[in-house]
Amino acid sequence: MVKITGYADKISVTPGETIKFMVNSEAGKRYRADIVRVICGDVNPDGPGYREKVIKTPISGSYKSRKQVIHAGSFVEIGASDMLDGLESFTMQAFIWPSTPEKGTQAIISKWRDRDKAGAALIITKENGSAALCIGNGKGKIQVVNTGKPLIAKEWYFVAASYDAKNKTITVIQEPLHGYQTRGDQGTVKRKSIVGKIPRHECPLTMGGYFKKIDRGRTLCGGHYNGKIDSPRIANVALSAAEMVALRTWPVATELGNAVVGAWDFSADIMSTKVTDLSPNHLHGKTVQLPTRAMTGWNWTGDEMNWTNAPEQYGAIHFHDDDIYDAGWEVDFELTIPKNLKSGVYAARLRSGGNEDHIPFAVRAARGKPTAKVLYLMPTASYQAYANEHMNTDSPLGQLVAGRLVELDKFNLFLNERREYGNSCYDTHSDGSGVSYSSRLRPILNMRPKHRMFIGGTESTLWQFNADTHITDWLEAMGFDYDVITDEDLHYEGLSVIEDYNVVISSTHPEYHSKEMWDAMDAYQRRGGRLMYLGANGWYWRIQYHPEVPGVIEVRRNEDGIRTWEARTGEYYHSFSGEYGGLWRRNGRAPQKILGIGFTAQGFDISSYYLRNPDSYKAKVKFIFEGIGKDEKIGDFGLIGGGAAGLELDRADRALGTPPNAYVLASSVEHTDIYRVVCEEMLLNMPGLGGHESELVRADITFHETQNGGAVWSTGSIAWAGSLAHNNYRNNVSRMTKNVLKRFMNPKPF
Amino acid sequence: MPNEVEARCIEEFRKTPIGHHSKELQVILNEMRGQPMEDKYCLVCTKPNREWQLAKTTGVRGKPVKILSKKFTRLEDAEWYVFKQRWKQSRGETIR
Repeated sequence: MVKITGYADKISVTPGETIKFMVNSEAGKRYRADIVRVICGDVNPDGPGYREKVIKTPISGSYKSRKQVIHAGSFVEIGASDMLDGLESFTMQAFIWPSTPEKGTQAIISKWRDRDKAGAALIITKENGSAALCIGNGKGKIQVVNTGKPLIAKEWYFVAASYDAKNKTITVIQEPLHGYQTRGDQGTVKRKSIVGKIPRHECPLTMGGYFKKIDRGRTLCGGHYNGKIDSPRIANVALSAAEMVALRTWPVATELGNAVVGAWDFSADIMSTKVTDLSPNHLHGKTVQLPTRAMTGWNWTGDEMNWTNAPEQYGAIHFHDDDIYDAGWEVDFELTIPKNLKSGVYAARLRSGGNEDHIPFAVRAARGKPTAKVLYLMPTASYQAYANEHMNTDSPLGQLVAGRLVELDKFNLFLNERREYGNSCYDTHSDGSGVSYSSRLRPILNMRPKHRMFIGGTESTLWQFNADTHITDWLEAMGFDYDVITDEDLHYEGLSVIEDYNVVISSTHPEYHSKEMWDAMDAYQRRGGRLMYLGANGWYWRIQYHPEVPGVIEVRRNEDGIRTWEARTGEYYHSFSGEYGGLWRRNGRAPQKILGIGFTAQGFDISSYYLRNPDSYKAKVKFIFEGIGKDEKIGDFGLIGGGAAGLELDRADRALGTPPNAYVLASSVEHTDIYRVVCEEMLLNMPGLGGHESELVRADITFHETQNGGAVWSTGSIAWAGSLAHNNYRNNVSRMTKNVLKRFMNPKPF
Repeated sequence: MPNEVEARCIEEFRKTPIGHHSKELQVILNEMRGQPMEDKYCLVCTKPNREWQLAKTTGVRGKPVKILSKKFTRLEDAEWYVFKQRWKQSRGETIR
């Protein structure tokens, strides 16, 4: 089992900048840390061999092990206030859409001190999954009054609980809004309190969980709630049923308003972690661990899909007991990047006994001072989208799409058990809802050298970060100098981080891009930049980074595309920006427009090869095929599925935006029936969409010129880079890649 | 006893457990590989590209994968072993 894990506060640094590393080590008393340059992460003994180079830095040395834990589960936190702390009588109310009411105790609104069980909380009770009020006197007496009517999962309810201190009466109301005739899930109960006085305390008010304690500066909650909360309210009297109804919306009549302690509006500041109180008390708060915002509320009519046009219908936050934004670990060591450290892919390597982890990061060249003509764009947004994926142990699709038994490694076994390490945007939360947000402020154990992933094809079985080391390995082996930047750099700094390079080389699977990233790459090409796209299924999903807090992306898996979950209707617009999410193709920017090719088919068993097309013999593209025979099979070998054309495939299509001046140089053939055409190509379902029959199941290699001497060369296959090292780098995939790179480095127009 | 088509599929799988398959064999594999995650066979890679250990997922988040004692030095052998186990499970017939 994995016993040492870590993460860094940054994913990309320039010389002179400092990066901090946080480590959890349960592997012996001490561990050793070193910085390594990652060259080839593939541990397949039939490949080029694992290669990393230890770099001497001040952080090299021995460190004391300590356990650091992750507390997953999101909630809203409102700091202590005189208005809240000493309430005698009160009402708590909200609209809720509980997604796992049967799970156990889940707090909706809570003013609770767990140390001595003091306070009050509107909850879903573990007893029967109904709405309840829990009160405790801090002296051992706890009373839970529930409606006794189990809530139905994923339906809207109005729930409220009041406590009248004068006559010691508790009232709990549970009112379904769904309108079904046959279910007995409506209830109102009144009971006498038996706990006596509820003591004043200064613990925070929380929603979506109840306060447990402060641990190293982190607020910890228990009773994490799964589902949506909308329009939570607190009043300082026991409201009547009619007053509760009046308080559902805002503003309210003055007399009722005078009783209001807090009336929170989750539709305000949706792009933020702020939580706004509409009442004059201004009991504003914040979200913790990023619950999902811009969710349809109790009053969403279906007439509006864009929350920015009708925010009042998007007053819900969806909380999950496995949300994680920031592990919040304490720093173990930090590195100031030496001035002379060559740009590249690096990692902090942690070792103790037989335990090992790597924390990867990019070292950039100093801003405005490139050290090479070639730039490798490290797809950190895509790494985040896949971060800690659990498809291998959660989804029955795994063996069907891999066409073989799913293969697990130590990281997969660990992530299956340690759910607090959080999900990828391919996973569903524990309540079945899709994961829209993914952060890098936690260990990402599949963004590691040596890691294998089940959809990485036969042979080396690599995906994303580790598959991409086939590219850095090739660049190093062939003696090409290169700098590295990340998606995050491109997003935040735009064109300036790439414009000084003659050539940008992509990774094997650069799937996720923000508009800022897309625009920068487009501008680069129009100004004469040259892109070598060594992969497939690139520039596919639209993402956005959070405008306030670092290191987290959002994906909305909208109405189309290859999806492991789908966004709920009405929840298609990013909460981080208000932009329509989903496929770039559905945002008017199909990948063919920027790459020449776009996603067309996928399968994950064995890869195949390409044959040359008539375009490949034209004079303009002669340089690409220097040294490659007319009838050669291109890439009928390799470490990813045994061929250069495999896993995910892209094809040219004029109708989707392939430039009219593109050359379709070669196309792959003979894919298995595990390969299927992508969903967005199917207007209606029909037979004949597998690799044995459909002409859409193919990878195209294309070349086209862009304005001002720019160009794009695209390979259309995730497996391409896995063939580069074959026969000690002497093969037609390596040859073609080298031909293109050398020509692209030369600024002379084509 | 497997019928004539099944017998052909068994032989086809024995020769090529991963890769191009006939439609008849693919139907059988889809059924086998598409099973739910509870007690579903998988492999844990113990030596990269050289050794795999048989295991079963549990289908329950957080519940450890069950590691079984059987080990393989070729992926194809693992596929064949699991194919036979699944055939026995679904059809009650032993393939030799």
